[in-house]
Amino acid sequence: MNDNQTAPITPAKTKSEKQVIEINELRKGFGPQEVLKNVSLQLFNGENLVVLGKSGSGKSVLIKCIVSLLKPEHGTINVLGENVSELTSDGLGEMRKKIGFLFQSGALYDSMTVKQNLEFPLRRIKKDLTQQEIDEKVIEVLENVGLADALNKMPSQLSGGMRKRISLARTIVVDPMIMLYDEPTTGLDPVTSDEISSLINDVQKKYKTSSIIITHDIECARTTANRVIMLHDGEVYQEGELEKFEKSTDPLIKSFFK
Amino acid sequence: MKKFSPVIKGIPNLQGAKKHVIRLSEKTIEKTVEANSFFSEVASVFLFISCTIKESFSRDFEFREFLRQCFQIGYKSLPLISVTGIIMGLVLTIQSRPALVNFGAVSLLPGMVTISLIREMGPVITALICAGKIGSGMGAELGSMKVTEQIDAMEVSSTNPIRFLVVTRVLAATLMIPILVLYADGLGILGSWAGANIKGDVTFILFFSQAFGHVQFLDFFPAFIKTFFFGAVIGLVGCYKGYTAGRGTESVGIAANSAVVLSSLLVIIVDLIAVQITDML
Repeated sequence: MNDNQTAPITPAKTKSEKQVIEINELRKGFGPQEVLKNVSLQLFNGENLVVLGKSGSGKSVLIKCIVSLLKPEHGTINVLGENVSELTSDGLGEMRKKIGFLFQSGALYDSMTVKQNLEFPLRRIKKDLTQQEIDEKVIEVLENVGLADALNKMPSQLSGGMRKRISLARTIVVDPMIMLYDEPTTGLDPVTSDEISSLINDVQKKYKTSSIIITHDIECARTTANRVIMLHDGEVYQEGELEKFEKSTDPLIKSFFK
Repeated sequence: MKKFSPVIKGIPNLQGAKKHVIRLSEKTIEKTVEANSFFSEVASVFLFISCTIKESFSRDFEFREFLRQCFQIGYKSLPLISVTGIIMGLVLTIQSRPALVNFGAVSLLPGMVTISLIREMGPVITALICAGKIGSGMGAELGSMKVTEQIDAMEVSSTNPIRFLVVTRVLAATLMIPILVLYADGLGILGSWAGANIKGDVTFILFFSQAFGHVQFLDFFPAFIKTFFFGAVIGLVGCYKGYTAGRGTESVGIAANSAVVLSSLLVIIVDLIAVQITDML
């Protein structure tokens, strides 16, 4: 996968019409502040959907509602045909096994080494694996993100970009069907941002994932997007192919695509 | 004709009455919000405790993490508890000796110090030290895990954070603190023997035979049982404060601080209840 980082990056065009996530009329607020007002969207099988928007527009809240870290006040979220709000705690656990979530901060477990961080979800989700199979899988995903030599390091010994890569490795180690990226390139230099963006494409190709990428980094969107949705004031402002956004004369969209 | 103006004592005119009613309403709303937040906090504590108890009996018990926590709480507290235990026995002996000398009852010194160490000083001082060390550690660790989304990451990877983080810590504290108390009691008696030898001359065997000659089952057993409750209280408070910390970095400090304050206070309250129950036996 390292070879692909230097190659020209083109998003995979593997979209089929099968929906893996369907959100209808989603509303979520915190106290008097209404963050998501009426959001409806679909994620199709195999596509990279980029959700753009200013800070505070409700992008992160949207994907936290998908994995039920936050409970929506109104609306339905269907993931792989199941209504998330109707799932029991066991059902929710099973659904989460199929979803990988890359947190903005990386969220690596500070008290564990990189190897232990990767083993953590693997031991709990794929319980039938032997220690040898676990070791092989850990090495494989670390090689995929180009950090095989970081196996025994602690998270505190890693740079911001490395933490993001390890966090991505921890997410893909359990072979998720859906990936949710929460601002994957925030706080990184342009070179590392490009590397992470190309990794997102590589993950899509290799693991055949469908992804929602939350970002306000246009370069990341250009690199990874098959389709783009822009959120503004808690609502879907514009939806379509990247070219449509690039050519738009709307002042708000233009301010993003300068 | 004289214009009618309603004058009620304390409410001079209609305009004043309106302001008074508004002020009263604002205060009522304020108090209602305060009461609501108090009751929701109480409900949240009970929910947290019931979740912890429920997850303690789960089939997927995190045994490795439990052992790691036992090591962290038990083994890593040994130096602090050692120093505290020895000084406790030494100080008790040095302070008590002059009073007993006046009554010609120095031979009662080992028994008196041992009983006060086993019944009260050992359990309470050790629990308070642990509340400071372990309670703050749990509050800060879980608080920072919350702030850096590590608890969310755990939840998303199909792991119950209560089972992995809370149950293991609470059970480890419940089990390790009684052991630390026994260890502190032992070192306290050794410290007492050393203290007795500063101004007197008493052999090790004589001191211990005098010390344990006075100790009865009811001196030891209730005091030992209450240490399990001290451990559970310290573990639960530390984990609750950390787990429910806010999102900012400031909340990590607040969680650690309030974990220490509340668990120390609860240790004293549990001790008071335990003493009352022991007194009835």
